[in-house]
Amino acid sequence: MAYVLRRLLEMVPVLLVVVVATFFLAHAVPGGPFDKDRPLPAEVKARLESYYGLDQPLPKQLGNYVVNLAQGDLGPSLKYPGWTVREVIGSRIGVSCALGFVSLFIAVLIGVPVGVLAASRPNSWLDRVPMGFTLVGICVPSFVLGPILALVFALGLGWLPPCGWGEPEHFILPALTLGLITAAPLARLTRGSLMEVRSLDYVRTARAKGVPPLRVWFVHALRNALLPVVTYLGPAAAGLVSGSFVVESLFDVPGMGRLFVTAIINRDVMLILGTTIVYAAALLFLNLAADLVNAALNPKVARGR
Amino acid sequence: MNAPVVETLASESGWQRFRKDRAAVWSGWFLVAIAAVCFLSPWISPYPYMEQNLAQSAMAPSSAHWLGTDLLGRDVLSRLLQGGMISLFVGLIATAVALVLGICYGVFAAEVGGRAEDLLMRGVDVVSTLPLTLIVILATVVFGQNLPMIFLAVGGVSWLTMARIIRNQTRELKGSQFVQAAESLGQSRWGIFRRHYLPNLAGTIAVCATLTVPGVMLLEAFVSFLGLGVKAPMTSWGLMIKEGADIMEECPWLLVSPSVVFALTLLSLNFLGDGLRDAFDPRSSRK
Repeated sequence: MAYVLRRLLEMVPVLLVVVVATFFLAHAVPGGPFDKDRPLPAEVKARLESYYGLDQPLPKQLGNYVVNLAQGDLGPSLKYPGWTVREVIGSRIGVSCALGFVSLFIAVLIGVPVGVLAASRPNSWLDRVPMGFTLVGICVPSFVLGPILALVFALGLGWLPPCGWGEPEHFILPALTLGLITAAPLARLTRGSLMEVRSLDYVRTARAKGVPPLRVWFVHALRNALLPVVTYLGPAAAGLVSGSFVVESLFDVPGMGRLFVTAIINRDVMLILGTTIVYAAALLFLNLAADLVNAALNPKVARGR
Repeated sequence: MNAPVVETLASESGWQRFRKDRAAVWSGWFLVAIAAVCFLSPWISPYPYMEQNLAQSAMAPSSAHWLGTDLLGRDVLSRLLQGGMISLFVGLIATAVALVLGICYGVFAAEVGGRAEDLLMRGVDVVSTLPLTLIVILATVVFGQNLPMIFLAVGGVSWLTMARIIRNQTRELKGSQFVQAAESLGQSRWGIFRRHYLPNLAGTIAVCATLTVPGVMLLEAFVSFLGLGVKAPMTSWGLMIKEGADIMEECPWLLVSPSVVFALTLLSLNFLGDGLRDAFDPRSSRK
């Protein structure tokens, strides 16, 4: 418990650094949120800027922002008048979370069994063929796989809609793209760590004293072998975040990734900050969660800290 | 071929081991070929990459245009070569940036030791959990989407793994007897860095660098794909894939050729990196 608390406290300075870095970067983006094709009258622009507090010196703005942030207030959106950043993000985050979790689920559902299967018969075709695929999976980025899947399943076979959002079938292609990309390294990792674990003494002991082979495999070996796999889920989530930018713009999904990209294009400083902070916090929490699961799986990790 | 097997592992040099890894060797040659045609593209490409010919827009591959033309009638093969030059450039230079940062940080951390070292490495751990792609996107936009800034931004977030590995290696070297001997003979820290650390780290650095290039290229392609990286009329593989994906229904060849070349290049880089690691890193287990 004290450990969790310490980790949570550690996040505060990290997030603060993220806020400061993003704040200055976002304000340094050339062009402002109120620059349009036809320039606004100077006094209107000045009123807008003073309304949003953008005319104050930057350090003061940063100070205000941090104070508001501590109260959970992410400020107003500059491009969606009348909306706060919290509301804008709130309207999008569900989509991205759902997509992220489904893809992670697909990745684990495919990646781990494939890895286990490959490790059970090393150097047979059962190992070589899937591992060849995973190698391709690692090198084919989401923005290549996505269009290819769309080309085959939507335009070629006509089974699924190529893009759009709202119906359950719109979910499949984006989730599959992200899931397959993440499954490849998971499978390789599972295979590698199982191969390592199964040559350890304790596995041999278990086999020697007559534990049924399947029990040795799943209870003794797999439990330990999954440790690096669980640890990898943290970075995998980071990969899903950047993948989601691509997939959301590719398949027209109204999620956080598209929000961030349009926020940059619109120079919506508040929204850029808000999305970055939410992403950073989410990733920090996911990493903590992965560490906690690891500790639950492995008493050695739990005692070591 | 018939030499006794017993001798091999200990007495073989790294290069001899490397040469036996067929996949890695072929990947190496493939990369040399790709790099050669891309960097020679100003002289050998069939058309100027930005020459528009609206009369021949969106043509499927033919004998005049081997890979077809895009919507503005530009030759896809020529653009592929030019885009490859940019992608490879970014890959190499951003990796160099990451390399310098990673070596400095890693060696520095190992040198100071103690609590400061723990703190420095914990910092690396924390930073690597952050959504760095967002920062890269922001940074490229801030600094005007020009090439040097893309190098810096991409390289600036890709050095973390390198720093970790270099630090671990340096720590081992630091405790070794020849470094202690050099210290007791009064050699300066800089001298030890130059004469002892660098030569011993060279293998690790080479392997790290090869394995960093694909990640870096991926990051650039990713930023360009979102339309926030390389700017028209220049192009890169990422940007070409994006343009192809936009109109894949009508002109699939615009998507296929850059995707295939890009994926093959990344695949070869990974093979090459793994091969180098297996051959030169004594600790990595051979399968």
